[in-house]
Amino acid sequence: MTLEDSTFLAVVPAYNEAGSVANVVRSLREAAPRFDVVVVDDGSTDDTARQAASAGAALVRLPFNLGIGGAVQTGFLYARERGYDYVAQVDGDGQHEAAELHKLVTAMAADRSIDVVCGSRFLGAEQRYPAPISRRTGVHLFSFALRLMLGQPVSDPTSGFRLYNRRAIALFARDYPHDYPEVEAILMLHENHLRMTEVPVSMQLRGTGRSSITKTRSLYYMIKVSLALVVGMMRRRTVLEPGDPAPVSGERGI
Amino acid sequence: MHTRVQIVSIVFAVIVFVTVFELVRQRRLRERYALVWMAAALVLLVLAIWSGLLTAVSKAVGIYYPPNALFVIAFGFLLLLLLHFSAAVSRLSDQTTVLAQRVALLEERQRLAEQSPNGGLLPGDEREPAAAATRSAAIEGGLES
Repeated sequence: MTLEDSTFLAVVPAYNEAGSVANVVRSLREAAPRFDVVVVDDGSTDDTARQAASAGAALVRLPFNLGIGGAVQTGFLYARERGYDYVAQVDGDGQHEAAELHKLVTAMAADRSIDVVCGSRFLGAEQRYPAPISRRTGVHLFSFALRLMLGQPVSDPTSGFRLYNRRAIALFARDYPHDYPEVEAILMLHENHLRMTEVPVSMQLRGTGRSSITKTRSLYYMIKVSLALVVGMMRRRTVLEPGDPAPVSGERGI
Repeated sequence: MHTRVQIVSIVFAVIVFVTVFELVRQRRLRERYALVWMAAALVLLVLAIWSGLLTAVSKAVGIYYPPNALFVIAFGFLLLLLLHFSAAVSRLSDQTTVLAQRVALLEERQRLAEQSPNGGLLPGDEREPAAAATRSAAIEGGLES
């Protein structure tokens, strides 16, 4: 199978992004016409769903807010159901640029053993992402921890600008971390022997809407992700084999 | 010795036991959760009645005033129950997530089916019959896995 007859899907998770989601969809359709676009409306209370649909995206509306992990996983489920070969995750707030998507595709095409390509803000020397210093510190901390755990440098573990192939889609459709999933997802890839690489991309600062990571929540973020990494390392197998006990069942006690 | 606290403990344990039993009888509490409560009440009851056991236990652990051991044990049981419920809540929220995702995906597919006269073929399928075939095969595959 060559890349030419592969199918591509851009998953845009959006929670109360009425101000930007239409632009994101439009720029995707212009700059990355090979990608079908699905917006996962994560229980928005504003006009997000209508904006997305009128911009021409397929729309999956979650009945209530699941958080970014649940929304992105819905995109993987959508892609698996419809048999897409590649999924790109593009945030609904406009910080990821559709015009940069081809860099991820090129990297994926260049090495067939790669399962996930991550867009990194910190890889190229010329790319300076004007993130607040507190945010950068956290990113570098996780980057350091992941390098120790994986033995592979990860310059931007919190980036959500990613391209996944079928193996990665299958993995994450089954099991994806809940909140603040990006860092944990990299560890999951490693544990399931999927390979990932990074390419330098530029990103915008958020235009409208609010980041899911506010100042007050950043401490919780750091602690939660650290715990998830430690627990994730101890976990023997994150993906179930057929015949294992169901992860979500009505029959288990404590 | 310590009869008053014994009586209070016995009464308390019996009340818990009866309440839990009644809730199960009215189907307002599932047996699975009831069992943990009943076990807690039972241990409390046994310890309250058989004070020799409590004295022995408290001596072994190093508690000088045996009724205190009773409360320590009850407290331990409560902690265990709370942990049990945290696990139950986690499981429930996992199940809710799966349900929400299924509902959202099904709604999207239903919307497509209602819009198109050919009943649920995806947009673009009319133009490319081959793509439609592979895609519906993929959908079947996705449903099975």
